[in-house]
Amino acid sequence: MKNTVVSIKNLLKQFPVGGDFFTALKDVNLQLNEGEFLGLVGPSGSGKTTLLNIIGGLDSPTQGNVHVLGHSIDNTSHNERASLRRKHMGFIFQSYNLLPVYTVFENVELPLILNNMDPKEREKLVNEAIESVGLSHRRDARPTTLSGGECQRTAIARAIVHKPALVLADEPTANLDAENSHHIMNILVELNRGLTSSFVFATHDEKIMGYLKRMVYLEDGQIVKDEKIK
Amino acid sequence: MLFNIALKNLLGARLRTILNVFVTAFSFFIILFMMGMYDGMLQHAKNVTIDTEIAGGAYWHPKYDPLDPMSYEDAHSILPQDIQILVDQKKAFPVLVSQVSIYPGGRIMPAILKGIPPGQSIVNMPTSTLEGANDGTIPVLIGKGMAKNSKLEVGDSFTIRWMDADQTYDADEGTVVYIMDTENFKLDMGHIWVPLNVAQSMLEMKEEATYVTYAKELSEDINSGEWIFRNVNYLVQDMEAIIEADKPGAQIMFIILLALAAMGIFNAQVLSIFRRGKEIGTLMALGMTRSRVVGLFTIEGGLNAVLATIMMVILFGPVLWYFGLKGIPLPLDYSEMGLIMAKRLIPVYSISLIVSTMFLVSITVLIVSYIPSRKITYMKPTDALRGKAIA
Repeated sequence: MKNTVVSIKNLLKQFPVGGDFFTALKDVNLQLNEGEFLGLVGPSGSGKTTLLNIIGGLDSPTQGNVHVLGHSIDNTSHNERASLRRKHMGFIFQSYNLLPVYTVFENVELPLILNNMDPKEREKLVNEAIESVGLSHRRDARPTTLSGGECQRTAIARAIVHKPALVLADEPTANLDAENSHHIMNILVELNRGLTSSFVFATHDEKIMGYLKRMVYLEDGQIVKDEKIK
Repeated sequence: MLFNIALKNLLGARLRTILNVFVTAFSFFIILFMMGMYDGMLQHAKNVTIDTEIAGGAYWHPKYDPLDPMSYEDAHSILPQDIQILVDQKKAFPVLVSQVSIYPGGRIMPAILKGIPPGQSIVNMPTSTLEGANDGTIPVLIGKGMAKNSKLEVGDSFTIRWMDADQTYDADEGTVVYIMDTENFKLDMGHIWVPLNVAQSMLEMKEEATYVTYAKELSEDINSGEWIFRNVNYLVQDMEAIIEADKPGAQIMFIILLALAAMGIFNAQVLSIFRRGKEIGTLMALGMTRSRVVGLFTIEGGLNAVLATIMMVILFGPVLWYFGLKGIPLPLDYSEMGLIMAKRLIPVYSISLIVSTMFLVSITVLIVSYIPSRKITYMKPTDALRGKAIA
């Protein structure tokens, strides 16, 4: 039996709006196991990104229990959550979020620096990660000189360089054309196969849905369908 | 680790870093330059006073008060023996002081008459010009300011009226033999200088004097009788009082300059945090704690100061050195304002000025880097990732 990576029970997330509250997520129950390739699917405003942020410890639940890699997100401090992200999680963002003053190599190296890894070991892992996304020839380029696809591949390399247990991707293909989207998804599928990492995508991009092995449909903050694809 | 990232961020930001560092370096330069000018001005004033007036110090007649002209009437006597020996050895010279009225161009003007030995070489005054004039009138040496006020030129004669030791008024013609260009307004404004023996004869005060100025290198302990020993520290105390009184002004100027530098850095830092919201969010998402992000930005600010110091030395160091060597010509004659100012002001950069400025600027940079960075603590990672600015 595979280990549980994420366990969510009765999650409620509300945001204060004026004098009232907006409910972003309600009655969310979800379990994610090791190695899964799951997509949170739904229209804009359905709560995909909020759920992804809560799983990633970037946001806190209003009510309910969220356990990620054995840690209760609703009970941990900012620093503990930061440590969890640093050691066991990788993030891929829609707009890549690469640091503009760093080269591809330096951007990918950053999570390892934050984990105080030895420089030699760091170089080896960074080179492996860059090679796995096919960017070895651009390792010294800065983000401003890269195409959208190359930027996203750099972001992927940065997310997987420290071999995290969980990779969270927020609309990773939204800024890419069809060809680049398929390319990126193929890379992610390959990485999922090669690593034991679990992948969670927040997406409403139909092009990539064919790659997902499990789709959780969200509507108005609630899970309306949880479907495993064979 | 944070240091390496901060350094990488700074070096990677290139133009942004260059601009920030340049602003800080320029502020640094302006502070050093202005304070150097100020110190140079004070140093110069003190040096000029010692060179032209005080020399090694003085012995005063017990009744002499330079700030009270009424005291001059009684402030004269024959020199005590030990002081006379110094004078005979050319290690000191006597000066006789009296209040007089002069009539240049028919106008009456109060003046202070000082009799000085023309052959003295202890203070830097052109007293030798008083020698050798024997057209029957009193040879008079005056300063440029006095000449301007009294509209006198070399060769002009005017009446001098005085009261001698017997309380009798007398008058005679004086002729301007030389107009000296001195930076020490205390030798110039309201003063007429005549040969000592002439003054003694005019005032019926043979062999008498009001004070004696002695040479710089003199360190003999003598019995000056009732005459009061005044050392350099005492004689420059009015100058130091001016400096002391001016200190708050200098400190305010220093604070204003420092505040300008701090505002520049603060502004750059706030702008940087606003513009780098997404970067902050990304760092948090990658697992950097808030305190570490604050530390990172503070270190970046601190490195800014270090780079600014280096840039200041490279870019503005030669400028400071040049002005320190050649000085800066002043467009106005400040002597009429009662200020001892050089025609070319040479800034003085003391070690204490450089160290204190560096220390204060660095501490200020660190504080103004930390204050805006602290706002990151209140930033939600999700807001930061969206690039949402903090209020």
